[in-house]
Amino acid sequence: MTLQEKLALLSDAAKYDASCASSGTSKRDSSDGKGLGSTEGSGICHAYAPDGRCISLLKILMTNFCIYDCAYCINRVSSNVQRARFSVEEVVHLTTEFYRRNYIEGLFLSSGIIKSPDDTMADMVRIARELRHTHHFRGYIHLKTIPDAAPELIEEAGMLADRLSMNIELPTDAGIRTYAPEKNPDEIRRAMGNVRLRKEELKAPTYRGRKAPKFAPAGQSTQLIVGADGSNDRTILQSSSRLYSSYKLKRVYYSAFSPIPDSTAKLPLIKPPLVREHRLYQADWLLRFYGFEAEEIAPDQGTGMLDLEVDPKLAWALANRHAFPVDVNRATKDMLLRVPGFGTKSVGRILSARRNGALGYDDLRRIGASVRKAKPFIIARDWRPGSLTDAENLRARFATPAEQLQLF
Amino acid sequence: MHRIELPRLGTFDAWRDAARKLAGSGVGFDQVSWCFEGTDATLFDGAQPPLPDKATWQITVPKDFPPLAKLLCASRAPGAFDLAYRLLLRVSDAPSLLRNRADKDVGHAESIAKNIRRDMHKMKAFVRFREVTPKGANRRQFISWFEPDHRIEELIAGFFVRRFGDMDWVIVTPEVTTRFEGGALSQEAVRSERLDLTDETEKLWQTYYANIFNPARLKVKAMQSEMPKKYWKNLPEAELIPGLIAKAEAQVAQMQAATPTLPPVRAARVLDRLHHPDLPPRDDSPENLERELRGCASCPLAATATQAVPGEGPMSAALMIVGEQPGDQEDLAGRPFVGPAGQLFDRVAAKVGLDLQDAYVTNAVKHFKFQVRGKRRIHQSPNASEVSHCRWWLDREITQVNPKLIVAMGATAALALTGNAKGILKRRGKIETGLHGVRVLITLHPSALLRQPDPDLQQKQMAHFHEDLATAARMSVQLAEDN
Repeated sequence: MTLQEKLALLSDAAKYDASCASSGTSKRDSSDGKGLGSTEGSGICHAYAPDGRCISLLKILMTNFCIYDCAYCINRVSSNVQRARFSVEEVVHLTTEFYRRNYIEGLFLSSGIIKSPDDTMADMVRIARELRHTHHFRGYIHLKTIPDAAPELIEEAGMLADRLSMNIELPTDAGIRTYAPEKNPDEIRRAMGNVRLRKEELKAPTYRGRKAPKFAPAGQSTQLIVGADGSNDRTILQSSSRLYSSYKLKRVYYSAFSPIPDSTAKLPLIKPPLVREHRLYQADWLLRFYGFEAEEIAPDQGTGMLDLEVDPKLAWALANRHAFPVDVNRATKDMLLRVPGFGTKSVGRILSARRNGALGYDDLRRIGASVRKAKPFIIARDWRPGSLTDAENLRARFATPAEQLQLF
Repeated sequence: MHRIELPRLGTFDAWRDAARKLAGSGVGFDQVSWCFEGTDATLFDGAQPPLPDKATWQITVPKDFPPLAKLLCASRAPGAFDLAYRLLLRVSDAPSLLRNRADKDVGHAESIAKNIRRDMHKMKAFVRFREVTPKGANRRQFISWFEPDHRIEELIAGFFVRRFGDMDWVIVTPEVTTRFEGGALSQEAVRSERLDLTDETEKLWQTYYANIFNPARLKVKAMQSEMPKKYWKNLPEAELIPGLIAKAEAQVAQMQAATPTLPPVRAARVLDRLHHPDLPPRDDSPENLERELRGCASCPLAATATQAVPGEGPMSAALMIVGEQPGDQEDLAGRPFVGPAGQLFDRVAAKVGLDLQDAYVTNAVKHFKFQVRGKRRIHQSPNASEVSHCRWWLDREITQVNPKLIVAMGATAALALTGNAKGILKRRGKIETGLHGVRVLITLHPSALLRQPDPDLQQKQMAHFHEDLATAARMSVQLAEDN
């Protein structure tokens, strides 16, 4: 098989991983002329595919051979897809040559599980070591971690890579037992716990005041598949907020279950629930940056699903109109963050701008807030919503009927 | 009217020098017209007074102004230099001006700056190098053609220097050519035409691009808003886009229509080996107990906690210490008594001479129960049903270790060991006979001491805790002598 054929196969197999972030790691560069690559905090998307997803990293599998049989996965042992395996040199060649041409920020290496978790992890670590030590590669490396692998291997992986990730894929243990019977949810949680502890250990200052080497400086992340099992959004969001609080994850990615070649009869192929995925991402942001709890965003009553027609923050505001209108010139930061149409940046700007005098409607527009969305919920110097806040047709003014087809 | 001509390279430095002198001599913003070298004077420039030699007074600006001015000077937006100068005059009087985004000038400047940042970001993303290394060269050589919207070549050069330090490269834009050769950067303002270049590696890159695309999630608009068509002509992958879009639907339909296949023969063999690992036979050994405990899912706590935390210590211990449940740290580490409460317990035990090396420490409930509050996990006490479910494990630990004395710390441990959780403050320090027929010494839980808000009460309870552990230490010495 040629390198090109392998690349086709092993990138096709990797595309179901949503993560392609290259941001938030420690700063490095090669201005000393002895290496290749740099990382400067913010990530860069070097291309976009027609699926609207950013291409920032060379996202490939080391091999798509796998001994596990996860129903949702293209690489499961019971699938008849063609199999291939990269050599260490091939991965290193692709990564550095792509990087030199400014196609990518680095490598996201994942793998099917061959022979044993330890063997697989050892091979992946060897690729990262080769890149870092032999080729002085200073770009971004994201390694998928095999939860059951030996702690020494995960330790070395964390020292070489910017980010480690382990995919839980299904939000409940019951779901994992049904669709990924060889995966052990306890083992994944324990491995995530270890990564968090290791990160915290190395963050503590040493006795000599030396800086300890950083362990996975861009943190760890995971992915949940949306729409494969029957979990509702409430379950998914509770699961995410548990993951954020327990293991200090940088990100939980949501991946709408999308058709795979040679699928199993266990999981019928649906049109990927893209709107639902989008709403979950919005809700995830509310959890991380806006002080919302999962239970507030996806209330218990009803189906436990997010509203597909309006975004989750607006949905919360519409359901909690007694808390509005909010006076932008007096309200606390916590409350401003809950106003639909105000992002974290706008709120920061409102807080510093209002020291110079009361803010009016146009000031808010200039600040960058989405005033059209916010106006029923706010009071400004020259604006009062009157009965608009409690208007019966308020929801209808925002909702654009979203059509989510279940079948093709 | 002053007419200031700015060079194409070094624009910002020239602007700053001129602006300093003008502002320092009290020249108003409507008295200056800014333009590039080589442009003709307009009719309205009128008579041109000479630029003052030096400023009459020193202009000071807040430190957020120069970076903003630098971005404004790179912009092709009409009036960007005037705006920068007007802002300079205003910030020297009002240093906090730039923090007020509601101000019209500031808002306008920030929106221009945002465009420049975006332009720079897109240049970092969409420059594509093509290899042109001649035979025998000791550094590899690459060249690129790019058309930025604004005059960002000077602002962006550092990024490529930091990134591609070990190779030589040239980035050609219509107005400026940037070279990095042998580790030295140089820029030259020359007009250039588009270069037509290719590179063998582009085939591999196109292969990657075509295969990482998921045809089931076609979102062409989302792609175009981030990668506008104007950049496509320099991106080797962009020529594939129309074809990928056209084929997407058929590709998905094909996946849908395909009937599930029979698994390959090896699948059954592989899975059989995975599902029937060679485990040692089940017995009552501590290793086996731990393995079984880790697999316990008899209450809902197992699905939310990280792991079951087994007890620790010698199997022959005469003294057993039972806490409530693992906390945040114990849950992550998989070991009992490693968190703040455990550390307090260790300190007090060391003080009263209780040797923990000889004691078996464990918890009444083996999984951590918590509630998520923002980014933290808040401890929740286990309820009676969880305690009774988990008693099965505690029973087995007691049977295996067969201690002479058990210290029950807190209400939950008391409940698990004596069947009664009430009145701990009254029962503390006393010996009871537990459900297992073993003597149980009741005391407070160290985390209750840590959480006690009243300092007086905390001191009193701390003294009690000392006292109780001292009793345990005395008794365990006695028990050892009895043996």
